[in-house]
Amino acid sequence: MNAPLQGHTASNLNTALPLLAVDNVSLEYRTPERVVRATHQVSFEIDPADRYVLLGPSGCGKSTLLKSIAGFIKPCEGEIRLLGQKVEQPGPDRIVVFQEFDQLPPWKTVKQNVMFPLLASKTLKRAEAEERARHYLDKVGLTAFADAYPHTLSGGMKARVAIARALAMQPKILLMDEPFAALDALTRRKMQEELLLLWEEVRFTLLFVTHSIEEALVVGNRILLLSPHPGRVRAEIHSHQYDLHSLGGVEFQASARRIHRLLFDEAPEAERELGFADIRIAY
Amino acid sequence: MRQEYEITLEPLLSVPVERELPLRQRLWQQGWLRKGLILIVLAVLWEAVARYQNNDLLLPSFLQTSAALYDGLLSGELLSKVSISLVVLIKGYLIGIVLAFALTTLAVSTQLGRDLLSTLTSMFNPLPAIALLPLALLWFGLGQNSLIFVLVHSVLWALALNTYSGFLGVSETLRMAGRNYGLKGMRFVLFILIPAALPSILAGLKIGWAFAWRTLIAAELVFGATSGKGGLGWYIFQNRNELYTDKVFAGLAVVILIGLLVENLVFDTFERLTVKRWGMQR
Repeated sequence: MNAPLQGHTASNLNTALPLLAVDNVSLEYRTPERVVRATHQVSFEIDPADRYVLLGPSGCGKSTLLKSIAGFIKPCEGEIRLLGQKVEQPGPDRIVVFQEFDQLPPWKTVKQNVMFPLLASKTLKRAEAEERARHYLDKVGLTAFADAYPHTLSGGMKARVAIARALAMQPKILLMDEPFAALDALTRRKMQEELLLLWEEVRFTLLFVTHSIEEALVVGNRILLLSPHPGRVRAEIHSHQYDLHSLGGVEFQASARRIHRLLFDEAPEAERELGFADIRIAY
Repeated sequence: MRQEYEITLEPLLSVPVERELPLRQRLWQQGWLRKGLILIVLAVLWEAVARYQNNDLLLPSFLQTSAALYDGLLSGELLSKVSISLVVLIKGYLIGIVLAFALTTLAVSTQLGRDLLSTLTSMFNPLPAIALLPLALLWFGLGQNSLIFVLVHSVLWALALNTYSGFLGVSETLRMAGRNYGLKGMRFVLFILIPAALPSILAGLKIGWAFAWRTLIAAELVFGATSGKGGLGWYIFQNRNELYTDKVFAGLAVVILIGLLVENLVFDTFERLTVKRWGMQR
């Protein structure tokens, strides 16, 4: 089950170091009475410019895994390596985009928010930080709102600010924890489209956590399926062939159904009874 | 079956899209005007009751008090008393703020600090600051220092309690974002916790200010002049002894006026520029 070769793609055939290696990582969290295992011996590797998706039912530990990669939670077993370096604590080389809207400090304007990590981590001087903030705000189309405070923005705009802020840091890897889950369906679709366009342009490396099969297929190029609690690796699936235009297509539906089967039905014979309406496209 | 229909819309010109509120409503929006009106009504009531009572010694009228206040300000006596009181007050207030922040910073960073803060606040917060004055006089002698000690005591616990609960209320997401950018220790407190907890800190500062002001006047009233120079409380006390009731009222009016000014100018302005502007408080 913990065979290190599971889920390897063609790109891994070269011997170069993966950008991020998660090696046999088990995670536990404590409640006052007991210790709960969130994930069990999960391994995967992410290459540069991957759009890697962690997909699983809620409670499978995918967010915990992302927080562990960000350095907030120490694995109780196994290790996480970024370019060969063991991850020990949070750092600005792995910027997280959270789901919650309150990730933007309300006391900073949009521009100051984008500059904040650059200045806090002492990556850039103020003038250069300001220039870079402008550049990335322009990319997400928020130049006109540079001096607005977050509480005056809509949910989609706040998500855009968070993305601009993360990209401006030019992190080695961008960690997104269900970033669009709190948005309405239309805005979410729009944000997925914008994220893909940005990726085309910047080619950042992305680790994306979601519980929506559809979102995983659209956003990712590789999808890691985690089993229900405690999370174990169930499969790794390619999805680079899909984008927003493939929504509803025959192959797309087939992939969605396959993922659904892998996630929820261990017995393959159940497939017959699985009508279209049953597919958990979680919108 | 009802019919479908479409309407072609002409530009809407017959009705103005926006219009100004009538003058009366716009004036009523002004907070200072409404509060001013309340003050005027209170002053008129006071004047009426005093005239009906007709006894200067017990209740001087609003106009007599105003005259006494005007004389006191003109002769410079009141102003010098006020400045003596304010200097002591501000010293105590600032020291209290510094100590409160040191204590809460310790409390958010270590378990022992947390225990220390909760034990100390539960011990000393219910203790009226003025009750410590006899002890302070014993330790520091007659003089500013014992007053400052008492003032620090009155500011410290209220502010520390509010600041700490504000720090606890900072959302987990914001904390993780701060740590994600490599903020730690003092920088984390400075750049994340303090601005995020500013509404609670401001509430603590306001309460601390009121406590300090109250404690100072009471201390001066009870123990009179310290080091030969009395403040506002002493002024009130002395004039009561000499039965200048209008001057007593003038002194009290100054206490109230300073409270109003600090509340409505200093704190309100600060709130408008920070927490209200950031949408953290309505």
